[in-house]
Amino acid sequence: MNLEVGDCEIHSVIGPNGAGKSTLAYLLMGIGGYDPEEGSVRFNEEDITKFTITQRAKRGITLAWQEPARFEGLTVHDYLSIGAGGAGNVSESTLHHALEMVDLSPDNYLSREVSEALSGGERKRIEMASIFTMKTKLVILDEPDSGIDVVSLKEVIALIQDLKKNGSSVLVITHREEIAAASDRASLMCDGMIVKTGSPAGISDFFKNKCKPCDVETYGLKEE
Amino acid sequence: MDIIQLDTAKEFAAMEDAYECSGGDSSVLKMADVSNLVISGNKILSANQTEGVVLKKKSTESGVDIVLTIKKGHTIPNPVHLCFGVLPKEGLQQINVTMIAEEDASVELIAHCTFPNAEHVVHKMDGRIFIHRNASLRYNETHFHGDKGGVEVIPKAKVKIEEGGRYHTGFTLITGKVGLLDLDYEVDAGKDAICELNAKVYGKGNDKILIKEKVLLNGENARSVIKSRVAISDNAFAEFTGVTEGHAPYARGHVDCVEVVQGNAVAKAVPIVMVDNPLAKVTHEAAIGSVDKKQVDTLMARGLDESEAIDAIVKGMLK
Repeated sequence: MNLEVGDCEIHSVIGPNGAGKSTLAYLLMGIGGYDPEEGSVRFNEEDITKFTITQRAKRGITLAWQEPARFEGLTVHDYLSIGAGGAGNVSESTLHHALEMVDLSPDNYLSREVSEALSGGERKRIEMASIFTMKTKLVILDEPDSGIDVVSLKEVIALIQDLKKNGSSVLVITHREEIAAASDRASLMCDGMIVKTGSPAGISDFFKNKCKPCDVETYGLKEE
Repeated sequence: MDIIQLDTAKEFAAMEDAYECSGGDSSVLKMADVSNLVISGNKILSANQTEGVVLKKKSTESGVDIVLTIKKGHTIPNPVHLCFGVLPKEGLQQINVTMIAEEDASVELIAHCTFPNAEHVVHKMDGRIFIHRNASLRYNETHFHGDKGGVEVIPKAKVKIEEGGRYHTGFTLITGKVGLLDLDYEVDAGKDAICELNAKVYGKGNDKILIKEKVLLNGENARSVIKSRVAISDNAFAEFTGVTEGHAPYARGHVDCVEVVQGNAVAKAVPIVMVDNPLAKVTHEAAIGSVDKKQVDTLMARGLDESEAIDAIVKGMLK
């Protein structure tokens, strides 16, 4: 496959279940067990294929999981502080601002545990808040809309655009047409390959109306 | 046991320092409106009782015998502070304590046990706790051990909760090396009693951790939770046995154990649940393993390295 995400670009990856979209996200983040068999991952001209997750994070790459992890005993304050570089390096106002960005009240959430006590939707918002405390250059979002209601979908799209405004590129793995439509570019992934890259509308239309399993071979890696 | 040569004032100051090391606020040990008891080895360095609290104590050859009574109907506004310690490198401290919460009484006890210089210290505690009708007793005990691991901590307690009584206990040993911990608590819960037992321990090196907590739900509608969180690394060993027996109608009990293992450490969990009344229900869950990979990956994706991420997760679990 060949996938390029531009500077301050929102780039969606869509495709059927099992296409390998989440695997792509893990591979880009350097998650163990998802190492590329061949090829390379490059970030700002630097080959980061062998880099650890931490090394990538320190270069400004981060990932928000489809189903965020739960942390018994770790408060929202602790969690956001980690993203911001440690408890000693972050101001309270930064943490407050990050929570307000995801529409959560700091007074109600900072002391709560990032555990089962929070709903999946709340944990997703807190994960997004932790990203807002970081100095990111590339944010990989794996299905940021899953477990989110329709009303909140608009907020998710707004948050993705906020990341861009803050100077990040955003790679979004999604099934939602609305999110893809809010992107600058989109790619269709199928069977572990990027089939086509182009305008969100064109890629969505192609996926819905023209794509068949055999199209991977037919269309190859064409730019629209 | 070593004979402590320091004069009492200096020893009290040293105990204050040790108390601070174990996370306590030593200023409370001088407040007139706070009941307290400070024991170094077998010496009673400080004792204060406030209204509703009756504190009897007697120094013995190797420790202190204590009877602490919360009088009927009294709610003690400030927590009662207990501080037990052995300052020399070697010594035996045997604490025999009876705690009584009389009918409708309510109290919180905060105990700090500190052995900052221990190379071979044995701290034994035999407790008998009586919680009478509708009384409430909360007992939280935090340990601070030095980094040599030369401590044997052997706390045993038998607790009886009468109708409507509440008992909550927390045992925390996450600072310094454990050495040997052999904890054995047993609770007899009567009708409508509520009981919660918590233990949090972090073992390293060659530490050996044995935790046995048993609750007998003997009264109708009695409720209990046994919750244990243990993290071990290096060559440490931990065994948790959580027993809950439901003997009465509508009794409800739960045993919850999580043990995180790193390095060559070995952990065992033995939840034992038994019910002989068809209307009682007891459940359990136990998880042993390494730190969850997704948790580690998440924190690494926020910039921590692997060891920092594991440390943050373990500290959170034990908080």
